[in-house]
Amino acid sequence: MAFEMIGERINGMFKDIGEAVAKFDPKPIQEWAIKQTEAGAHWLDVNVGPTATDRVKAMRWMVEVIQEVCDTPLCLDSTNYDAIEAGLEVCKKPALINSCPAERPKIERVFPMAKKYGAGIICLTMDKSGIPKSADQRIAFAMELVAAADEFGIPYDMIYIDPLILPCNVAQDHAPEVLETLRQVKTLSDPPPKTTLGLSNVSQNCANRPLINRTYAVMAITCGLDSAIIDVCDDDLVEAIATADMLLNRSIYCDSWVKVFRQR
Amino acid sequence: MPVEIFKEKYTGKVQEVVLGATKEEGGTRAYTVKLGGSSALPFLQFEGESARPVIAMEVWDIKPNWHECFEPYIGDVWEDPVAWAQKLEQEYGAEVIYLTLKGADPERENPKSADDCAKLVKKILENTKAPLMVEGCGNYEKDNEVLQAVAEAAAGENIALGMAEKDNYRSIAAACMMGKHCIIARSPVDINIMKQLNIMILDMGVPADKIINDPLASGLGYGIEYSYSIMERARYGALVGDKMMAFPIVCLAGQEAWRAKEAVAPDDAGPGWGDQKTRGIMWEAMTAAALIQGGADIVLLRHPEAAKLIKEHIEDLMVPNTY
Repeated sequence: MAFEMIGERINGMFKDIGEAVAKFDPKPIQEWAIKQTEAGAHWLDVNVGPTATDRVKAMRWMVEVIQEVCDTPLCLDSTNYDAIEAGLEVCKKPALINSCPAERPKIERVFPMAKKYGAGIICLTMDKSGIPKSADQRIAFAMELVAAADEFGIPYDMIYIDPLILPCNVAQDHAPEVLETLRQVKTLSDPPPKTTLGLSNVSQNCANRPLINRTYAVMAITCGLDSAIIDVCDDDLVEAIATADMLLNRSIYCDSWVKVFRQR
Repeated sequence: MPVEIFKEKYTGKVQEVVLGATKEEGGTRAYTVKLGGSSALPFLQFEGESARPVIAMEVWDIKPNWHECFEPYIGDVWEDPVAWAQKLEQEYGAEVIYLTLKGADPERENPKSADDCAKLVKKILENTKAPLMVEGCGNYEKDNEVLQAVAEAAAGENIALGMAEKDNYRSIAAACMMGKHCIIARSPVDINIMKQLNIMILDMGVPADKIINDPLASGLGYGIEYSYSIMERARYGALVGDKMMAFPIVCLAGQEAWRAKEAVAPDDAGPGWGDQKTRGIMWEAMTAAALIQGGADIVLLRHPEAAKLIKEHIEDLMVPNTY
């Protein structure tokens, strides 16, 4: 399976998007939708951000304005599940729900919704008490989530396990634990669940963030990372991912391997 | 207890390419042939669609230097390419005529001009019903001129033109686009070049449903296993969604098989070798049989007896093995 890139840029945490959401100005959102699609994004993350007063209305509006300019599938990113549902109602293509932790009430809200709309789910290996440190505890959560997929009738390969990477200047010891989790997740079911990461988080507040991001991306892909929420306009990063994908023998080598990767 | 048959699920399929054009489509062919379209490995019909391989047969524009065992079959026509093409489709079951313009080679004495070639193609089209494929003489410079003229002469007929290789594909691609023809892209038994050449030809603007790949497959005994593995890998790539590996494949089985000394050595070549004619025909048929198992969508055959054997073999293979 070839690597899936989820474009991170349509997020109200970024100033231009936050302002656009507050004023219901579609232009910056549509520009980033086109730009990320052209850069090869397979999914576009959509997060209304903290400035929206009515997150349900904002999510629905964002999905609609993005679909006016491109047909890239969307990854609806919110802790407000009513907002996600409002977005799913208007999505033209099967979407990804971002995200659901290993907490029973949330599983019971999200999984039936995913089933209803044919959506995939990004599942976080954490619960109310937070992110565990060890790979073993992360895997325990992943098992719960995969079991829930079975329970609610969601195909295993529509579950994207996110083992949650933390900034390396805050929690450096998590980085190898996440890699070990990625390896073990693949043994949980047949077909195995997919995996994903919010990659940029690994370098939060660090020096030379792009170098950290692309190095960790390559390490994680080797351990079984299938997708990641990334800056798809970071050419060095995308080229490193394309090369890792090719060196894992997932696509036949040709001189234009990077270009082919972007055009999939 | 019933046994559940494991079935592989694929997401991709081989691109469909149509050869020829009927009157309604702007040409004059009696029928068209569809190459490709498979969604499973060859002849595993229980897992998906397995396209029927097409049989093309070979005509040269000059008298061929082939073994004398061809003479009883085509000796009466091999100095007249039009009659030769007619005989292939009427008597020997060729579904596609494959014309090689050997006579245009500037290394030859009195090489044929681009205009001569264009006229011959026009005449063959006027006197036959089958879709046509045309290969140049192999000299890049001359072929630029020849194939351009052929593309113009055959406008509307949706023929296939080759050979486009890494160093000469541009002018052939341009000729194909101008005449709305198909292009045959050749890579030298090299899967990476096969993929790269497809990308470059698509970049030129040739539509995906006009590309055919020739992996320069070897004959039996001369590296056919390597060709087979490359074709299998390409097909597998196509099935898992690699669109640059998903073009139908043509194998020039006849010409490769008859290059082998085993095909042409005389009756008394050695104990156990048997008579030359049977041996040569079997050498060609075995080469083609292996290549269609490897994923050839169209095989080019030379001996009418070999073509007959392969036709029967394909009928047998196309009986669905559904579980």
